[in-house]
Amino acid sequence: MKEILADIDNWQQAGKQVALATVVQVYGSAPRPLGAKLAVSEDGAMVGSVSGGCVESAAVQEALEVMETGRPRLVSYGIADETAWEVGLACGGTIEVFIEPLDW
Amino acid sequence: MSELFHAVAQSIHQDELCAVVTVLSGDEIGRKLLVRREGNADGGESSVAATGSLGDTALEQAAIDCAAEALAARRTTRVSLPVEGQEWDLLIDVHVPQEKLVIVGAVHIAIPLVSFARELGLYTVVVDARPIFATQDRFGHVDELIRSWPDEALQEMNLNESSYVVTLTHDEKLDTPALICALDHPVGYIGALGSKRTHAKRVTALREAGVSDEQISRIHAPIGLDLGGRSPGEIALAILAEIVQVRNRSKEAGT
Repeated sequence: MKEILADIDNWQQAGKQVALATVVQVYGSAPRPLGAKLAVSEDGAMVGSVSGGCVESAAVQEALEVMETGRPRLVSYGIADETAWEVGLACGGTIEVFIEPLDW
Repeated sequence: MSELFHAVAQSIHQDELCAVVTVLSGDEIGRKLLVRREGNADGGESSVAATGSLGDTALEQAAIDCAAEALAARRTTRVSLPVEGQEWDLLIDVHVPQEKLVIVGAVHIAIPLVSFARELGLYTVVVDARPIFATQDRFGHVDELIRSWPDEALQEMNLNESSYVVTLTHDEKLDTPALICALDHPVGYIGALGSKRTHAKRVTALREAGVSDEQISRIHAPIGLDLGGRSPGEIALAILAEIVQVRNRSKEAGT
């Protein structure tokens, strides 16, 4: 968390909206642990990680939608999930990510 | 807006252990509670204090109890909490203080040690009273360079379980007082550079200073995993490998 605070602060100072994605469940082997975070600004910049690269771009898309709707959502990425197959969670694990607007 | 987040950020910046509880589903999705320990952080009966709201008093009380357990275990957990006939899906996100490597002795080995430690996300501090060693030229890459007597500098730091202290000076006058000070805190790792013979001399000095054998046994010496290396970079790697091993084993033991 600490490593993403400076960027979040810069974005907020610039008046930008920010969304936060957090790993809330890990099944099997996954590169990032429970609680790992990715922050996304309204213009699509990101800092941190939830998967070590494989699902970040999909998570950024979700984050942009969450900023628009203002409503948090729980998203699952894994082998059983078609989207995850497309984005390629090569490690074979499944992760659940909570994506929320940083308005609290 | 962002009031609770700023409180969380402040806790993290102040190296304070804290937990953020988030409701992950249902009507109250996204609601948050920040739970922090009150009073003495190292041991004893410490209570917790909460800020924020989950929208339900009974839920909040149950969540605070769960968060207190998670804080004690220093572990992020996802829980399904039954409260008054309803299941609540919660994340209890524990933020442990920033890991800090305190290097006593601005010696040659300290230069690669700072580089490697930073790569692993550790906050690095180098302490040395000798101005020839503790120069900005040699340590432009360190987070903090402190030019003072190591034991005095260590006394000023908030040393906790996430702090790792290594002494590298080879000079008893600098190393021994620093070790005594480090042993006085619940630090996660203490290592001292020097051969077995040097360490035997050090043990004698520590005993004479009134340090118990149990305390002395916390010191890793000779320092580092045995990688068979001799160069400063290889020794730095061996030291850091040992710190990572000790850190990870203690995390496993805490579960």
